[in-house]
Amino acid sequence: MSAVPPTPSQTVGPFFGYALPYPQGPDLVAEGHPGAITVTGRVLDGAGEPVPDAMLELWLGETGTRRALDRAGEGVSGFGRCPTDADGSYRFRTARPAGPYLAMLVFARGLLRSVATRVYLQDGPDPLLDALDPSRRATLIAEPDGEGGYRFDVRLQGEGETVFLEF
Amino acid sequence: MTHHPPYLSPDYRSSVLRAPSRPPVAFRADPDAVELTGPVFGHDEIGELDADLTRHHAGEPIGERIIVTGRILDSAGRPVPGTLLEVWQANAAGRYAHRRDQHPAPLDPNFTGAGRCMTDEQGRYRFVSIKPGAYPWRNHHNAWRPAHIHFSVFGTAFTQRLVTQMYFPGDPLFPYDPIMRSIPDPAARERLVAHFDLDVTEPEWALGYRFDIVLGRTPTEEQ
Repeated sequence: MSAVPPTPSQTVGPFFGYALPYPQGPDLVAEGHPGAITVTGRVLDGAGEPVPDAMLELWLGETGTRRALDRAGEGVSGFGRCPTDADGSYRFRTARPAGPYLAMLVFARGLLRSVATRVYLQDGPDPLLDALDPSRRATLIAEPDGEGGYRFDVRLQGEGETVFLEF
Repeated sequence: MTHHPPYLSPDYRSSVLRAPSRPPVAFRADPDAVELTGPVFGHDEIGELDADLTRHHAGEPIGERIIVTGRILDSAGRPVPGTLLEVWQANAAGRYAHRRDQHPAPLDPNFTGAGRCMTDEQGRYRFVSIKPGAYPWRNHHNAWRPAHIHFSVFGTAFTQRLVTQMYFPGDPLFPYDPIMRSIPDPAARERLVAHFDLDVTEPEWALGYRFDIVLGRTPTEEQ
């Protein structure tokens, strides 16, 4: 079949906060889930300032048994959503993915189209990482925070700009 | 890529410090790539009234009642069934039920302006709302956004995830809106404008608009 031209993207704007986030959206697993980890960080703009009106989505690759929207059920949900706070910070609680990375999307006022990236929980041989300039590779590797969690900052622009992906 | 706006669109001021300065890294995903799948949402996770934004409070909201319906399609024109669609919008006066919206227009106690629904087996969706108002913003002197409804759509792969805005036909603000005009191709802009449809319109009750959404190609589809 011939390709149909896609619907263009537009920014999520500043006023999604009452509509898209939902209770326990950032919690892919419930508190106390065995082996749960946190992924925390900040979203920063080209001046290094926090982005207080961004929204991040995380995808593990499998829908799982904990439901994505009403969060009923036991186990793991594959999907999470977290808006940033006034200081640009976010926090997910998740299970470890089957592979080395989690998929992440970032939406914000000022982003006319979402950006896609990956949060690698460890460095190692990998088709994507190995294709990157070594100086940029580090932007996709989350840092252990010493408390069983990981830190991953998203720099939208400029020095240390996170690698964003086009599939 | 040309169908979408570039990240940097200086007339839209907020893009200047937030647009990535480097182009995204083109990556041919391996068949196991996590991004080739996406979350599946259960129909029973959605409330019966979630798709009727006029019935979320005790009374009826002020404004022109509308029905918005259409299909979610993939890049080959095939329907995408069972996918989640979320919408949010300003009220009839152009005010969002958001604590940071400072526009001095009245809030409507009977309208929040957030809803969601799932597509049926034919990829169809339908929701009921009121027509949002235009509103001023501080992008430049005398800047006004054309009336619009925000859409968030999932699709079957994380790479298809789309957030966009639907506009109403004939809005005189189109030529002045840097967000809509960030899309370089005028034909692509037109695809964000809903069509008035008398067949969707219900007599003595609500105006009908049709708005189809086409999601991007997934990396596994052939060129």
